[in-house]
Amino acid sequence: MKQLQSLIAALVIAAAGTAGAQAPTQAAPQAAPQEAPTIADDPVLEQRVNKIGEELRCLVCQNQTITDSHAGLAVDLKNQIREQLQAGRSEKQIIEFMVERYGDFVLYRPPMKATTLLLWAGPFVLLGIAIAGAAVVLRRRRALAAGATPLTEAQRRKAAQLLQDEPETRS
Amino acid sequence: MIGELGHFCLIVALMLSLAQGVLALAGAQQGRAAWMAVAQPAAQGQFLFVAIAFALLTAAFVNNDFSLLVVAQHSNTQLPTPYRVAAVWGSHEGSMLLWVLMLAVWGIAVAMFSRRLPAPFVARVLGVMGLLASGFLGFLLFTSNPFTRLLPAAAEGRDLNPLLQDPGMVIHPPMLYMGYVGFSVAFAFAIAALLSGRLDATWARWSRPWTTVAWMFLTLGIAIGSWWAYYELGWGGWWFWDPVENASFLPWLVGTALIHSLAVTEKRGAFRSWTVLLAIFAFSFSLLGTFLVRSGVLTSVHAFATDPKRGVYILAFLVAVVGGSLALFAVRAPKVGLGGRFSTVSRESLLLANNVLLAVAAASVLLGTLYPLLLDALELGKISVGPPYFEAVFVPLMAPAVFLMGVGPLARWKDAPVPDLAKRLRWALVAAAVAAGVSLASGGSLLSSFGVLLAVWVASTTLVAVLERTRNLQGSYVSRLARLPRLLPRGEWGMLMAHFGVGVFIFGVTMVKTWEAEKDVKMQPGDTATLGGYSFRMESIGEYTGPNYLGLRAVVQISRDGKEVTTMHPEKRLYTAQGMPMTEAGINTGFTRDLYVSIGENIGGDAFAVRLQVKPFVDWIWGGALLMALGGLLAATDRRYRTARQEKRAAAQAALAAGAQA
Repeated sequence: MKQLQSLIAALVIAAAGTAGAQAPTQAAPQAAPQEAPTIADDPVLEQRVNKIGEELRCLVCQNQTITDSHAGLAVDLKNQIREQLQAGRSEKQIIEFMVERYGDFVLYRPPMKATTLLLWAGPFVLLGIAIAGAAVVLRRRRALAAGATPLTEAQRRKAAQLLQDEPETRS
Repeated sequence: MIGELGHFCLIVALMLSLAQGVLALAGAQQGRAAWMAVAQPAAQGQFLFVAIAFALLTAAFVNNDFSLLVVAQHSNTQLPTPYRVAAVWGSHEGSMLLWVLMLAVWGIAVAMFSRRLPAPFVARVLGVMGLLASGFLGFLLFTSNPFTRLLPAAAEGRDLNPLLQDPGMVIHPPMLYMGYVGFSVAFAFAIAALLSGRLDATWARWSRPWTTVAWMFLTLGIAIGSWWAYYELGWGGWWFWDPVENASFLPWLVGTALIHSLAVTEKRGAFRSWTVLLAIFAFSFSLLGTFLVRSGVLTSVHAFATDPKRGVYILAFLVAVVGGSLALFAVRAPKVGLGGRFSTVSRESLLLANNVLLAVAAASVLLGTLYPLLLDALELGKISVGPPYFEAVFVPLMAPAVFLMGVGPLARWKDAPVPDLAKRLRWALVAAAVAAGVSLASGGSLLSSFGVLLAVWVASTTLVAVLERTRNLQGSYVSRLARLPRLLPRGEWGMLMAHFGVGVFIFGVTMVKTWEAEKDVKMQPGDTATLGGYSFRMESIGEYTGPNYLGLRAVVQISRDGKEVTTMHPEKRLYTAQGMPMTEAGINTGFTRDLYVSIGENIGGDAFAVRLQVKPFVDWIWGGALLMALGGLLAATDRRYRTARQEKRAAAQAALAAGAQA
């Protein structure tokens, strides 16, 4: 168990290490030559913009979020989100605004509605069916196995002999 | 001349594959040895002619023969030679030729390594593979001929898509296709077993190493693709649940279920019909993936070729393969026996649960991938199904599977009492809980800490499994350690290594998702920006001329606490033939973190928008996948599969050496 414990310790330290490395950057204001300005005026606001942008599709890209894309439209939409956030609108309102403008296609998280019911419920319905199916199969197996009459002594001896004659099949 | 010769080779290969399919299957059915004997030489011949065709197409690319349409469309005289070779599979036609070549490689491998198996069984396996090959050769010849002429020849080619001009893209498709196509062997074994009525442990044992090797290639192929997306697409993501990514992930999920189900069938004779069904589905999903990617029904990052005629052909082929095999299954499966008994908690039942979860996960990914296409086709509106959906659905399905993954390897066959399991696993549970606690305490979210819990759980349970074996050993610590490799059969080591890899993978995913930091800054030479404790100083930025592009390269000095760490060279490129801009991110890879710098737009004078990212443990994602693949390799080369062959003469030995190299 010793080795195991030290490995776990190593993992834990590693985890803690990253957490430490992650300390916010403003903790290092040492006499740095001028810090390069962020593109965004307000990094906190920008984080909110990016979070919303991750849910939205860049409509002119092949398959990218607005946050990840550098396309003109993505930049425009990011500006749009930023302005609306500054104007005090909520995340939900902004997403509604985008859907109104571009349709459901813009959402990477499809909305819950009649046409997407199957999409959202499907996996969990399938899981239910699969579990029920597995349970039925297991029960039937047990019933079949229990129903099988045990071998008579003569049959058992015959089986043992047959097994000896054919040594191949077992690994 | 090259074009016509290549075309001719493909026609010969088609004839050979038809002969292989029809004669071998009919011969096996009627017990005609002479017909069955056709299968092996036909498989060899088919391989030979496909390989010649492939070599000819490669030569055409290397020699810039722009009188061939695919060469003119996908190459250029300025293109460096290695990428001219990679351009062979950069086109739709070429990639299908690669697919057919892989199929021929698997076919000849089966022909070589299966001499020990009963002749009718081998004939059936090769027969099924022959029919599959003829389907794909027909697809090549009738809809996607790589040797179509362009007359008069173009003076210059249109160049390879710059995204593909990358070492990762040189090896990604061959690996992926080896995996995709490799499942055709598992499929052929399953169909042969159904046809012969020989659906037993022996069949499982024969088909197991093939399936594991295919799975290994698929794992590598997907991992390389993801790694490529990470460094080449320039935004630092590694998986987007893009339909094309899902198309490769689906066979992987089903294939993973299959290798586990095969284990039960081999060892205990149970789950036989389920195993056959999985073998059919693993390959069907490979075909479906090909259909999705090659028919152009998707618009996505990877789908480069489109043409409806092709879609219809593959769809028809898909329906024939899936429908035919399922019909055969329906007729034959009811005759299959039950196999060994087992209790409610046993290795069998745990593997069954794993299979249920993997199958549902695969079905869900399929649902999410096809749903938007379906709605669109039914004119019920256009929707996007992206990462938020897949994460919401996939994670809850996989979490219990990962938990069971820790229990399964320690559970005994037939019966595994829960108290005993709990006692043996208590240290792993403690370790996982402690790690999750540390994660919570350092500000990780609940979900992220749960990820850490699962990762440490899986990793430590595999260690418990190994340590349990060392406990009975005598001698010093060192000598016990030295004997460790021989303690377990390779198959067991492979399994444990792959499971450990899953833990490493989950750890990487969790860490990078939770703790990554990024910042968009405006930088010009002389500017410094800090992120995550690292200081990024742009030294200079300047233009240069590449072989087939114009480049802009920055020199960025990284330091931490005043000490120099590294120098990075992020680039922007403009590929001249297609006028396509590309971002080549500067990446500094480390064991515990990657630094990722990409250059964006010019914002006046020498100043550029620069995106800086610190990505903790991101390489563990691919490291984990590599461990999984290595585990697969170990398992496939287990002595159980080899000793059987060693009984055969030296010829088989030589073949084995060739197999180890491949």
